[in-house]
Amino acid sequence: LVQAPRPTGPYDTTEAVTPWAQATSYNNYYEFGLGKDDPARLAGGLKTRPWTVLIDGEVRKPVRVDIDTLQSWFPLEDRVYRMRCVEGWSMVMPWLGFPLAALLRRVEPTGGAKYVKFTALHDPDQFPGQHTSLLDWPYVEGLRLDEALHPLTLMAVGLDGRVLPNQNGAPLRLVVPWKYGFKSIKAVVRITLTREQPQTTWALAAPDEYGFYANVNPAVPHPRWSQATERRIGELRRRPTLPFNGYAEQVAHLYAGMDLHRFF
Amino acid sequence: MSRAASSSRSAPRRASPLPWLEPGVVVGGLLPAAILALDAVTGALGANPVQRATLQTGLLALALLLLSLACTPLRLLTGWTWPARIRKALGLLAFGYAALHFLIYLLDHGFSPGLLVEDVLERPFVTAGFAALVLLLPLALTSTRDSVRRMGFPAWQRLHRLVYLAAGLGALHYWWGVKKDHTAPLLAALILAGLLGLRLLRRGRRRP
Repeated sequence: LVQAPRPTGPYDTTEAVTPWAQATSYNNYYEFGLGKDDPARLAGGLKTRPWTVLIDGEVRKPVRVDIDTLQSWFPLEDRVYRMRCVEGWSMVMPWLGFPLAALLRRVEPTGGAKYVKFTALHDPDQFPGQHTSLLDWPYVEGLRLDEALHPLTLMAVGLDGRVLPNQNGAPLRLVVPWKYGFKSIKAVVRITLTREQPQTTWALAAPDEYGFYANVNPAVPHPRWSQATERRIGELRRRPTLPFNGYAEQVAHLYAGMDLHRFF
Repeated sequence: MSRAASSSRSAPRRASPLPWLEPGVVVGGLLPAAILALDAVTGALGANPVQRATLQTGLLALALLLLSLACTPLRLLTGWTWPARIRKALGLLAFGYAALHFLIYLLDHGFSPGLLVEDVLERPFVTAGFAALVLLLPLALTSTRDSVRRMGFPAWQRLHRLVYLAAGLGALHYWWGVKKDHTAPLLAALILAGLLGLRLLRRGRRRP
């Protein structure tokens, strides 16, 4: 098997990609359990076909669409992104997907659309973790509309040229590389454009620890640890964490004038 | 039972019964450290080995500390004397794992004194863990029989009551360190409360 050349577009990092084995066995996915290896162990049974995604709310053309039809609408792109977990570790992930902006433009947001709310599948039969009340299920995440329309924001359906493994969020997940990993919701079944800022799962569960914005920021510590450094999976020594996870040039303007200590 | 048998049983009384007990506890207590080291060398600690090692040494420290605290209540409840003989080894093992836990944390952060001070002063989670380790240090240092003699038993015993505070802080550190599921830290706290409760109950009965 010949390794396809890594993409070298304007948004791709040239850093070493995290090995497949680690990227698919060290995951936070509480629908499957709290352990990092629970998703890899338990996600095999998740049925990702048929899968329907509803796009509704403040849009002129709401649609309920099958995942295969949805991904046939857009050319799929390889994007090599850094992924920084709020817990202080990071990976380099070769996602395959399409820009969320392309999907949003297709459904034509109304003038009232200010935020995008994402909802994950709620199915305790397939998600053993949803039998517990650890989090308020289903998992919900959200972005401001301008964040959602940013060209870096991706809807991923694959990893390293292959179909996205279930433990990594198949069949459809959000990827927002300048925000902590928990923003990048997995197993998305609904995308709703809203007027109000949506109530998001971790911000509800622990509002002092996880904000709505959750931009990677070395200057704003977590209550239990500094966010100034991170461990890249596969490396022993920590490395400094970069503002906006190294994407400041692309996204810092979205937050001009905002107090990022308050809107963390 | 024959007379010969009973006399032969009383003869070796002077030698300690369960002669393998203390070495067994020490070897058994060091075994997880050996496995951890082996796993680290062979790459069996998973994608984030430093985090795994931190977690395991912390858990071992707290578990061994709780075991050391269970010795006296167990002796009082059952009349067995052997728990008293392994209390010191369990306590020292707990301190050893706590120190290893702290060393891994230091190593993880590049032995940065600045970050340690920031963490201890600004993050209650770290403050509690660090305080627990600091409290265990004098106890480890005065764990010898010689220390008891030098300090006198009442003073030594007063000092060693700090172990409850250390264990409480350790349990709190565990509680604060967990992101969402507090079952295990709660269990540790309940065990600690139970062990402490047993002693207070006993003390209350002794002094009407």
